[in-house]
Amino acid sequence: MRHLLILILLLFGCSPAPGTGPEVVTLWHAYRGAERDAIDGIVADFNASHALQIEALAVPSKAYRSRLMSAIPRGNGPDLFINAHEVVGEWSNSHLLQPALFPTDAGPDAFSAASIDALRFGDRLWGVPLAVKSAALYYNKAVAPQPPTTMEQLLEYADGGLVLAYENGEFYHHGSLLHGFGGHPLTDDGRPALATPEAAASMAYARKLAADGAVPGECDGAMVATLFNQGEVPFVFNGPWFLGEIKEGIDFGVATLPSVDGRPLRPFLTVEALYRAANSEASDAAVQAVAEALAGEAGAVRRATQGRQALAHKAARQHPDVAGDPILAAFSAQADDAVPMPNRPEMGVLWEPANRALRSVLRGAMSPDEALLRAQREAESFLRPPPEPANPTPFLALLGFLSLVGAGSLVQRSRGQNVVARVRGNLDAYAYLAPAFLGMVTVVFIPFVVGACVSLFAHKDGDFTFVGLSNFWRILTSDGYGVTDPMSFWFTLVVTVAWTMVNVVLHASLGLGLALLLRDPWMKLKGFYRVLLIVPWAVPNYITALIWRGMFNEQFGAINGVLGVFGVEPIAWFSRFATSFAANVATNTWLGFPFMMVVTLGALSAIPRDLEEAAAVDGAGAWTRFRHITLPLLKPALMPAIILGSVWTFNMFNIIYLVSAGEPDGGTEILISEAYKWAFTRQAQYGYASAYAVLVFGILVLYTALTKRVTGGDVA
Amino acid sequence: MSGKVTEHIDRRTTWMGQWWRHALLMPLSFLTLYPVLWVVKMAVTPSSAFELSANPIPTTLSAENFTALLSQGLFWRQLWNSILVSGATTVVGIVLSCTAAYAFSRFDFPGRKAGMNALLVTQMFPGVIMAIPLYILMDVAGLLNSLTGLTLCYATTAIPFCVWMLKGYFDTIPRELEEAAVLDGASRWMVFTRIILPLSKPAIAVTALFSFMTAWNEFILAATFMSKETAFTLPVALQAFVGDRSTDWGLFAAGAVIVSVPVMALFFALQKQLVEGLTAGSVKG
Repeated sequence: MRHLLILILLLFGCSPAPGTGPEVVTLWHAYRGAERDAIDGIVADFNASHALQIEALAVPSKAYRSRLMSAIPRGNGPDLFINAHEVVGEWSNSHLLQPALFPTDAGPDAFSAASIDALRFGDRLWGVPLAVKSAALYYNKAVAPQPPTTMEQLLEYADGGLVLAYENGEFYHHGSLLHGFGGHPLTDDGRPALATPEAAASMAYARKLAADGAVPGECDGAMVATLFNQGEVPFVFNGPWFLGEIKEGIDFGVATLPSVDGRPLRPFLTVEALYRAANSEASDAAVQAVAEALAGEAGAVRRATQGRQALAHKAARQHPDVAGDPILAAFSAQADDAVPMPNRPEMGVLWEPANRALRSVLRGAMSPDEALLRAQREAESFLRPPPEPANPTPFLALLGFLSLVGAGSLVQRSRGQNVVARVRGNLDAYAYLAPAFLGMVTVVFIPFVVGACVSLFAHKDGDFTFVGLSNFWRILTSDGYGVTDPMSFWFTLVVTVAWTMVNVVLHASLGLGLALLLRDPWMKLKGFYRVLLIVPWAVPNYITALIWRGMFNEQFGAINGVLGVFGVEPIAWFSRFATSFAANVATNTWLGFPFMMVVTLGALSAIPRDLEEAAAVDGAGAWTRFRHITLPLLKPALMPAIILGSVWTFNMFNIIYLVSAGEPDGGTEILISEAYKWAFTRQAQYGYASAYAVLVFGILVLYTALTKRVTGGDVA
Repeated sequence: MSGKVTEHIDRRTTWMGQWWRHALLMPLSFLTLYPVLWVVKMAVTPSSAFELSANPIPTTLSAENFTALLSQGLFWRQLWNSILVSGATTVVGIVLSCTAAYAFSRFDFPGRKAGMNALLVTQMFPGVIMAIPLYILMDVAGLLNSLTGLTLCYATTAIPFCVWMLKGYFDTIPRELEEAAVLDGASRWMVFTRIILPLSKPAIAVTALFSFMTAWNEFILAATFMSKETAFTLPVALQAFVGDRSTDWGLFAAGAVIVSVPVMALFFALQKQLVEGLTAGSVKG
């Protein structure tokens, strides 16, 4: 019995008895640069002077949250981790956190009131605050020796041109204006409060700034830095992370945000805090010791001086090394007058609709009222209650029945074909196949089947409820949206099909054209071109896709630069569906044509030259030769590549995510990126996301079966 | 006739006869290189001097990003991990794909068609829904936190495409060779290892390249499965320069250049095999 227990424990990855030796506390964070150095330094000093050891791990921010969310419930998580406070509501509901344990000599009173407020959820404190982050005003001292205190003063520097840069298309940065006009993203009981007169007034003001030319219309992080560094704008609203992007030699200062109509602009406050993960077995004493080292006064001073963090610890702010830094002082002052980002789970779904509304207003496509009303509806639809639980018995019965029928038909079909004899005669084949088969089943098929089954469940706060086919029903009836709404499954399906077709046609024709050009065996520089043209395939696409996004930048992008030479006015690529779609297609074509080119080159080299030569002698023109000899001979090699290419393109998530990010209004989203959003940015509706994915899979299977039938091509 | 052919060749070897090809290919190649030039430009420009513009030619040349990257304590360790995982993935990928492709190419066994279809079908699985089940599976199997687990995941991801390609290539090898060998008393295994594999070098080279690239560029699984920084691979270290609200473009680009160089070198070395290996289905038609 005991052995069985141990076996089970081992199977589920829990080590039964902790080893002897000093206790080790694991700490995860997503810091980089100077902030990371400060944490590493604190950890190293701690380990040198304590028996208790800290083992720190920096995880790339892109993988950080998903890693915590999968590791903690399985008992593989850290003991402690550092994260922004927005997740407190959702994660405490999902049982990922334990209530905070403050250091003995620094209770909640030792930290700024705002930072403690931010970490309270359901009458409990869930983290020990470390750093406070919010946007503030950066000003170029060469232009403005003293920071303006009102927007009116700030705009006087404009002189009809640009004067201020901030990421105005991000609702996070718009938050300063929203609060300045008296708005709030959520009501007190956690409902979205987007469609309010205050929010409308703030958006109208943002639109006016852009329309007057004081703020660039479409402004991302890189552009903010470029404008400030080139001296095009003397003012920037941004957070402390912007410090590292300012060019050396620019004399700048940081101050609190100006006021508008007598009310101060108040940015969103993010509190970075230390959390104790659920399932952590670290002792209270150990947790307190680590919290003391990181959040206590000495640790805080080090984080401020070395990592340049604005502190939540009040006494540490007064430390001479910290208080003497005017930039930190400005950020601390701003943090005390900032609005803590709501930590309720509902806040998570607000970003997408709010960003969408903001961008529609900025480019003048909608009035603030219209855009906000739509955003409000969208946010509410993300928050709708999960479908009613269903009774699994009929499904299990149906499943049993179907597998019986399946087995029966298999037996029926194999009867009379001597299957047993054929299996016996081919035992070798199965032996050759076994290793790959085993690998595929464990790593690919099992996760897929499990993932697909999730589509029959609804997920909320870490719990799954069986809901039958409700998810599919909601998707297919585009429940809550009109069929032509960009949020509807059918709209996205049409976009996805168009996306796939356009891409595959371009890949195939470009690949074929280039292969024909490069075919000539005596051509000069052939190898040179061939290598150059393969390059897109070799560079990791997560970076080239970002470069492409930069190339479509309205003001600095290369594409508009080239078009400008021909007298074309600058195009805001991501503000209209057609141009945004085209930008995605251009990027993906660039990435995908080399594969088709190489496949075609290979196929061409296998076609005997003499056929065409003979036709040429008979007087057939180049086009006729291509149409009636080359193309038919290429078809068997190209068909599988095209089918495979369309399957890959259909699920090409990276490009959509990195280039257009669905803009405008979520219109350029494809099915797979919608599924991703449902799973990760809309309240973790895994069941709904999985149903999307199952539908994608079904469509692809259907498409391939159909293509094979029509072309008679055998992909296998 | 022969006079006609020489004339034909003459016309083609001159630049003049081909000017239109170059006129098309030159700008296309530039277009292809443009984004890559930008990556290089970002890599050699110190981050704080970085500015958006349309010009892909670096205005400042500095090795700052590269030295900062290379002097990171764990860089060489993580490079070594990447080499280890990618190398192992290549070997495992080749072994699994070649044996499976051989079975599909040379045996007519019940389930063959279904098997080939299943391989194609795996390419349609949306990764979004598989991540969490895969994590749990790896955890249960005790393969989290091990380069073995990563290798297994990467090698299997690469299998479908590699089998598809290898099977096409194996199909083009005449069966007469094997039949003769079997008559001489060779076993299946000998036929496979002594005849088929040596004749399939180009296709195997492509398989190797693919398996290698799958492992070399991946970072999500590596960042999720590994619990020590000393066990991270290079792309994970690279992604660490991308923050939530800001990105260290210079270091990120320098890392991307370093990561791309081996792959480019492989492409360059294997370009001939690449074309031959992918000939695949063309001949069997």
